[in-house]
Amino acid sequence: MSRITASVYTSHVPAIGVAIDQGKTEEAYWKPVFAGYSFSKQWIQAEQPDVIFLVYNDHATAFSLELIPTFALGLAAEFSPADEGYGPRPVPVVQGHPELASHIAQSVIQDDFDLTLVNKMDVDHGLTVPLSLMFGQPAAWPCKVIPFAVNVVQYPVPSGRRCFSLGQAIRKAIESFDEDLNVQIWGTGGMSHQLQGARAGLINAAWDNQFLDRLIENPSELSQVPHIEYVREAGSEGIELVMWLIARGAMADVAGGKKPIVRHRFFHVPASNTAVGHLILENAKA
Amino acid sequence: MALNKPYLDIPGTTIFDADQSRKGYWLNQFCMSLMKPENRVRFKADERAYLNEWPMTEEQKQAVLARDLNWCIRLGGNIYFLAKIGATDGLSFQQMAGSMTGMTEQEYREMMIRGGRSPEGNRILGEDGDAQPHRQPQGSGGRPENLKGA
Repeated sequence: MSRITASVYTSHVPAIGVAIDQGKTEEAYWKPVFAGYSFSKQWIQAEQPDVIFLVYNDHATAFSLELIPTFALGLAAEFSPADEGYGPRPVPVVQGHPELASHIAQSVIQDDFDLTLVNKMDVDHGLTVPLSLMFGQPAAWPCKVIPFAVNVVQYPVPSGRRCFSLGQAIRKAIESFDEDLNVQIWGTGGMSHQLQGARAGLINAAWDNQFLDRLIENPSELSQVPHIEYVREAGSEGIELVMWLIARGAMADVAGGKKPIVRHRFFHVPASNTAVGHLILENAKA
Repeated sequence: MALNKPYLDIPGTTIFDADQSRKGYWLNQFCMSLMKPENRVRFKADERAYLNEWPMTEEQKQAVLARDLNWCIRLGGNIYFLAKIGATDGLSFQQMAGSMTGMTEQEYREMMIRGGRSPEGNRILGEDGDAQPHRQPQGSGGRPENLKGA
C-alpha cells in the first residue's frame, strides 16, 4: 500500500526561482535563504519519495477569471512550466501520476470534497519554486508530482478548517492505493506578506513563528483561525498559509497515529516582499 | 442582505472578493492576455490601441496607461493579474509592490531588509501606523519631482 512518509512546508516566492535560475544563490542577499534549505536537500536525497502531492496556488496563470476552481487536482501525465510574463522558467517538465491522481479523485470526491479535475494545465512558480528549493537544478525532477491548486486569489478562499479536513481525506485516499509508493505531501505559500496597497511589505515574524508552533503542536486548533486574522496579521497574501493545513491534515497523528518528528525548521526575512518559512515533518516509521 | 465583509477596516488593503472581481473582470482579463509574447509586443507598440480592443472602462484604461497600481486595484484589478503589466515592463514583483507605497525602489527594498513593515498601527483603520491613509504617500517616491513623467 502507499504511505505518506512526510510533509514539507515552504514559501514559494517567485524571486527565489529567479535567483536560482540566474545563479544568484551565493549573493549576500540570497545566501541566508538558501542556507535554510541545505539540510532539506540532503534529507530528500535520502528519502527518495516516489510521488509528491504538491499543494500550491495558481497565480492567475493557468486559471484566469474565466474559471476559478477552489480545489483543482491535476491528473495529467505531464505539466509544463508556465510563461508568467517573463518566459517559462528553465526547469524540467513535471511528470504527473495519473493513476494515483485518479484514485485520489475517486476517493476524495466520495468523501464530499467537490474537486475540479484538470487534465491539461501549465504550472507556475507556486509549484516549481518549491521543487527547485528541495531538488536544486536537476535535468529531470527525480519523482512524480501531483499538482493540487487551491484558490487563494479571489475571496472567499477555502477556510483553514476545510483545508485541514481535506488533508485528512487525501491521506485516506493515498493510503488506500494498492501500489507500494513513498508519498510526500507538501504545503506551500506564505508566510506573512502583502503585495498590494499602502500596506505592501507587511511582515509579522511573531505571528509567523506562532503559526509554525501551532502547526506542529496543535493543527486542529490552528485550523479554526478565521480568514480575517490571516489578513490582518499576516497580510492579504499571507492567506496562502491555509494551504499548509491541507498537508498537515494528511499526517498520521491527525488520524490517531503518532506525533510527527520535526526534522527541520527555518524562518527568514526577507525574500523580496515575503517572510520565508520552511518545515519538514516526518511520520514515525511503522 | 448585504454580505459580511470584516476586511473593510484594514488600512491600505483591498480584498479581491467577488464584487471587486466583477468590477475588474475585463481589466484583469486584459492583463491575462499579456501572458502571450505576441500580445506583449502589440501592447508595447501601441498601448492605447491595444487597450481599446478590450471592453474596459475609460478609467481602467487610464489607470493602466498611468501604471498606477493602486488606482487599478480600486477599479477591480488584482495584483496577480496586474503583475503581467509589470512583467511586460520588465519590473520585478518588489518594484511593483513598492510602487504602491509612495517609496522609492531603494527605500522599499531597505524597509524589507530591515524586517518589513510592522503590523503595529496597521491592523485597523484609525490607528497611526505607516500604512494609514493620513500618512500617505510614504517615502520620497511620492514627491512630485520623483513621480513618473514629472
